[in-house]
Amino acid sequence: MITVLHEQSETVCTSARADGDELWIGAQDLAAATGWSMKPEGLCRGDVCLPVPRERAEDYIKGDMLNATAFWRRLQHPIAHDAAGELWVLGTSATDRSNALASLEAPDFALPDLAGATRTLAEQRGKKVLLATWASW
Amino acid sequence: MWQSLHASLQERNFTVVAVAMDEPEAARAWIELAKPTYPCLIDRNHHVAELYNMVNVPQATWIDELGRIVRPPENAGSSDAFRQMDRTRMQMSPAQIADRNRTKQIYLAAVRDWVVKGSASEFAYDAAGSRARLRLPDAAVARAHAHFRLAQTLLSRGKREEAATNFAEASRLHPDSWTIWRQAAAKDATGLAAGPEFWARVDSLGDRPYHRPIDMTGLGTDG
Repeated sequence: MITVLHEQSETVCTSARADGDELWIGAQDLAAATGWSMKPEGLCRGDVCLPVPRERAEDYIKGDMLNATAFWRRLQHPIAHDAAGELWVLGTSATDRSNALASLEAPDFALPDLAGATRTLAEQRGKKVLLATWASW
Repeated sequence: MWQSLHASLQERNFTVVAVAMDEPEAARAWIELAKPTYPCLIDRNHHVAELYNMVNVPQATWIDELGRIVRPPENAGSSDAFRQMDRTRMQMSPAQIADRNRTKQIYLAAVRDWVVKGSASEFAYDAAGSRARLRLPDAAVARAHAHFRLAQTLLSRGKREEAATNFAEASRLHPDSWTIWRQAAAKDATGLAAGPEFWARVDSLGDRPYHRPIDMTGLGTDG
């Protein structure tokens, strides 16, 4: 069973098949795990679409399976996976992180408190916020 | 650390949001002791450190009522005085404690100034000022966070050895991050990653700071 880790989500993808450093996933599972979905224009999220290179289409698509890692490399997003090929991090590029920061719109997140309740940064909109990190170590 | 600041300013449309770069069980005792009235969130995967390109604790960023960053992520009032402490007794001298407290008070006073004056505060930047002070991640940092995420997930599945390999890769890719290194480092009986390996890594900084000094009147300039 393969689990895809993307942003804060952890999604079991029953259609996924690992082959060395390649990860093939059904289009529906990839959309559920990452928000990127297959459209006539290519692999898209929001307004952004990555066309499938015509001359090497079979490196990216075979039937209804997508080579998630090939798309990720083209997007210059980082990838990490375990030795067993069961855990795959489909990460987010430094360029995307940098653009988000440079917009000066504080990146939103959802995290649990000790009671397990999910809290977001966005729910504090309308207040000034000191967003501060700490650790026990 | 933040409770009195939060309590004294919460009537002024202000809140602290504290994020623990930590395992939930390690953070629990501290939170229960401090009884904070502000949101205290647990970030086992250091997602906020990735989003905001933070490399140590405490670091903080100031966000205005519209959700805009008006002071980019930076060291939140800590000094490097601890580096000269008596390491066998883990004790700081009175002068070192005074330096640490002074740094903290200057930082807290700046937060108060901003909460009261808003954008008129000398400590809050306009967009150009904020952008000029942003520290942005590079590709190696992004890869480091992918390996860290993988390592934390492996750890939660009991795969300690493979987790350790990925923690090491994360630290190799992002050597400036103390959050990544200390989360993975061996802890003493009190939960602190402050053994010989920690001090060796601190000493290897040489003239470079552990807590990067910030651009704030009275604190010297960003280096």
